[in-house]
Amino acid sequence: MIGLLIVSHSGQAAAGIREIAMEMGGDEETIAAVGGDPDGGIGTSIDDIQAALSDLLEATDGVVVLVDLGSAVMNAETAIEMLEGDEEVVIADAPVVEGALNAAASATSPKATVESVRESAEEARDISKL
Amino acid sequence: MGDETRQREALLEAIENIADRIDNEKKHLTDLDSAIGDADHGANLNRGFKAVMEKIKDMDDDADVQEITKTVGMTLVSEVGGAAGPLYGGSTMTASTELADGITAESSVAFAEAFLEKLQDRGDARVGDKTMIDAITPAVHTYKKSIEQDDLPPLEALAKAVDAAERGVEFTVPIRASKGRASFLGWRSTGHQDPGATSTLFILEEILKTAEQYLEGDTDVDATSPTIPDEEPDELEEE
Repeated sequence: MIGLLIVSHSGQAAAGIREIAMEMGGDEETIAAVGGDPDGGIGTSIDDIQAALSDLLEATDGVVVLVDLGSAVMNAETAIEMLEGDEEVVIADAPVVEGALNAAASATSPKATVESVRESAEEARDISKL
Repeated sequence: MGDETRQREALLEAIENIADRIDNEKKHLTDLDSAIGDADHGANLNRGFKAVMEKIKDMDDDADVQEITKTVGMTLVSEVGGAAGPLYGGSTMTASTELADGITAESSVAFAEAFLEKLQDRGDARVGDKTMIDAITPAVHTYKKSIEQDDLPPLEALAKAVDAAERGVEFTVPIRASKGRASFLGWRSTGHQDPGATSTLFILEEILKTAEQYLEGDTDVDATSPTIPDEEPDELEEE
């Protein structure tokens, strides 16, 4: 099972995206959401990202991270660099909502790998709305 | 610079001076950031450096300069919350390994270069994108050249680096942002000074101010080259 981590500048946005993504598959143990700076304001916290990653890695074989923008990307990259072992964690270069939906759907496949889930998430870059 | 204790004392004083400066300038930095960003740069950095001061108070008396520098980086990474956390903090953590044998002219150049390299890698920004890169890049290059090529005393090299950073900050005013939150504004970002470049200058100014207490040399310098380079560079010696 591949886990998903949604990182947004807003904790509420991250939780909401997670809620939408869980409609496609996954559960509380395999999809996590973090957002907000260390004081709870708009921003991201590397400690929260690290804590969420280590919880997910206990329940899954690897994690695909979906990020909104700016510091969310950099803090996720730094958190991944600081992992101790050879855990498989990658960031998907994808829009966070559509990417999370695609990733959640593809992560339900028994053959899913971190790479396959990342690819599905990144296919969301081409989704056209009109 | 002298023995271990003195280096440690200088480093701790520099960190404290930086923390005080950021505290004094937090409103200024946030005002700059509210014009073209998300209005949190001053508050974020201040939260980070307040936490650094707490962390450092609790450190062992025998912690060396590398350990102290690494702790500063890790604390900024954890506490800043904005992009400045991984940028300043992550780069400081990575570059701290260059100080394993203490602070010398040589190791400080290596630190500066490692810091810049990590910053470019993490932020994926170049000179002219209207970011802290516009202040730190000329500063690091000027420092390296002043030490390695012009053989200047470290204090004078540092003063030139600060002067170069100041020019870099001025350079961010007329240009259009192409990285960071300000890039969402497009042309409307022109005419505003970049907050990240500004905080970089403040930090460098405080390092210089601290170094003046510990090092000998002239600080009344500017970064423009006082000498015209030779028309023909010295020929490389053939092995």
